[in-house]
Amino acid sequence: MAPVVQIEEIHKIYESGEVPVHAVRGVSLDIHKGEFVALMGASGSGKSTLMNLLGCLDRPTKGTYKLDGIDVSGLDKNELADLRNRKLGFVFQGFNLLARTSALENVELPMLYGRHRRMSTAQIRDRAMECLESVGLTNRADHMPNQLSGGQQQRVAIARGLVNQPQVLLADEPTGNLDSRTSVEVMGVFQKLNEAGITIVMVTHELDIARYCKRNLILRDGVVVRDEAVKDRSIAAEELAKLKTAETAAKLLASPAA
Amino acid sequence: MRFSSTIRVALRALRRNKMRSILTALGIIIGIGAVITVVSMGNGTKARIEAQVAALGRNIITVYPGSSSSGGMRGGFGSSVTLTVEDAEAIAAEVADIDGVSPEVRDRNQVLANGLNWSTNINGESPDYPYIKNWNIVAGSMFSDQDVKSLAKVAVIGKTVVDQLFPNEDPIGQTLRIRNLPFRVVGVLDVKGFSLFGSDQDDVVIIPYTSHMKRVSRRANISTILVQGASPEKLDVVKQHIEDLLTQRRKGREPDFTVRTQEELAATATANSEAMTFLLMGVALVSLVVGGIGVMNIMLVSVTERTREIGIRLAIGAHGRDVLTQFLIEAILLSLLGGVLGILSGIGASNLASIYMGIPTLIAPWSIGVAVGVSSVIGLCFGFFPALKAARLDPIEALRYE
Ligand SMILES: Nc1ncnc2c1ncn2[C@@H]1O[C@H](COP(=O)(O)OP(=O)(O)OP(=O)(O)O)[C@@H](O)[C@H]1O
Ligand SMILES: [Mg+2]
Repeated sequence: MAPVVQIEEIHKIYESGEVPVHAVRGVSLDIHKGEFVALMGASGSGKSTLMNLLGCLDRPTKGTYKLDGIDVSGLDKNELADLRNRKLGFVFQGFNLLARTSALENVELPMLYGRHRRMSTAQIRDRAMECLESVGLTNRADHMPNQLSGGQQQRVAIARGLVNQPQVLLADEPTGNLDSRTSVEVMGVFQKLNEAGITIVMVTHELDIARYCKRNLILRDGVVVRDEAVKDRSIAAEELAKLKTAETAAKLLASPAA
Repeated sequence: MRFSSTIRVALRALRRNKMRSILTALGIIIGIGAVITVVSMGNGTKARIEAQVAALGRNIITVYPGSSSSGGMRGGFGSSVTLTVEDAEAIAAEVADIDGVSPEVRDRNQVLANGLNWSTNINGESPDYPYIKNWNIVAGSMFSDQDVKSLAKVAVIGKTVVDQLFPNEDPIGQTLRIRNLPFRVVGVLDVKGFSLFGSDQDDVVIIPYTSHMKRVSRRANISTILVQGASPEKLDVVKQHIEDLLTQRRKGREPDFTVRTQEELAATATANSEAMTFLLMGVALVSLVVGGIGVMNIMLVSVTERTREIGIRLAIGAHGRDVLTQFLIEAILLSLLGGVLGILSGIGASNLASIYMGIPTLIAPWSIGVAVGVSSVIGLCFGFFPALKAARLDPIEALRYE
């Protein structure tokens, strides 16, 4: 089967500053359906730039990108928007939920655009509830983002990314604003989705977070310097169970003093 | 994006900043309110003038001294010496389809009675006068043709004069003195109120025009000639006949008179109030433009504030057009809100104006439609630039915006 993401000798040069910045210098990459990829690398190595290219939010200076077999270089602004709407899901570092808009309505948002226009209000609602359920947040559907914890907000964002049944879910530092336990919870959600067949590409700084993925790519100065399968993968469910026993033990130790 | 959700999003955005929305709409509220009020005043004044013109009498044609080209209609009173009793008699004798003619001589003078005195209008008229003016005599009767012929010292007086000179008694049969000449009161006119030009029509003493010319003012010419046409349809023909007759009587001299029908008079009177209405409308429109700029300003603020939201929408598949419509609708709703509040305050203001300032007002239904239309157009025009700015944002930069 053809890869979902197929990039060849892709370059990105930012010309906006005084000196042009060569942020991505010739990356070639195939990502197949069902993969779970972590993009790693030092700050400034070009991870976000590459993610923006993968997400069709930005155009490469050079090279070709085929998403699900479609060459995106020939598409105009609106066609790119439709492609993003249809084939991609986004999870951002800062959650980027609409403020003062309920969790449910945030999840509904992608269905208000593109080909989904013809769906009925009830269908949209049902589909959004389904996705909230898959991230375990049905009981928070009516909450506003400021009434949700960071982990819950990120789960709403994931649900929003899933709602149009994308080919690839793209996440730039999805755990960047979360504590380690919540990070593991979010990775648990990703692992569950990945098992259900969803392709995920995420950026992370943290090695132990990358170990929840199946494949790790390491970028340095805009080139991929390492590309390897994760051996001895962490399983979020197990890690959470471990954390729980550790907490209980800590509580038992603390209680006599109290 | 679907229309219903666009409206919902826009309403939510406006509700989120209630105070700001109201303050922004204030310019539009004032502008629309002013338009509604001004139009209602113009409308009310026009209606009042029309009523007053109707009260002038039925099918009235007035002949003024002085030609219309020299502005004689206004300035001619007393200065031109061109209309004569013979002119009036010729009209009465020769023009068809007329019901009455009254040569008018007007003057102001001191009147004494009962040891009281009062400065009032002394009008010389023919016995046709009350009939022409559609003005009832409530006590006594009008003087007769015989009185005109004999230069009789008789008077018919208005309500104001009655109040001033005969406060506690029946004026009929009493004597009042004009220029020291005793006049017997034979009739009292019904109350008529204020005229088109704001004068008290009841402040009048009417005497035979002959007595006026020979005894009181001692002049050879008359002020105006009042003619009553037999029917409204023939008024223009009658007017033409009068003009022809008077021209013919002047044997080739420059026409030194002006003939006006009641409708033409009304048009002249409403012209002033219409000019005033247009002037005030101009001021109101300026306020609307200022209000529109306010809308534009706040929409620019709104776009900047919600840059990240715009970034999210664009990233997940909104087209520039979707964002454009969203902000346009928000701007239109904002100024429509101003429009609706403006209509309400305009209605309120015109009620206040008529209750406390006595200005006649009449809300014109079309002005409400225009107000709604104008405020949406303002929203559309002044919201377009901010909305375009939003639609042209780059999703990556918008998402990164702090
Ligand atoms: N819009 C831009 N204009 C100019 N230069 C840019 C722009 N965006 C990124 N760069 C430059 O491109 C290089 C790669 O940036 P990028 O954001 O992809 O790094 P990153 O790997 O995501 O870093 P971090 O881990 O800190 O997020 C950096 O040197 C950065 O300064
Ligand atoms: Mg980055």
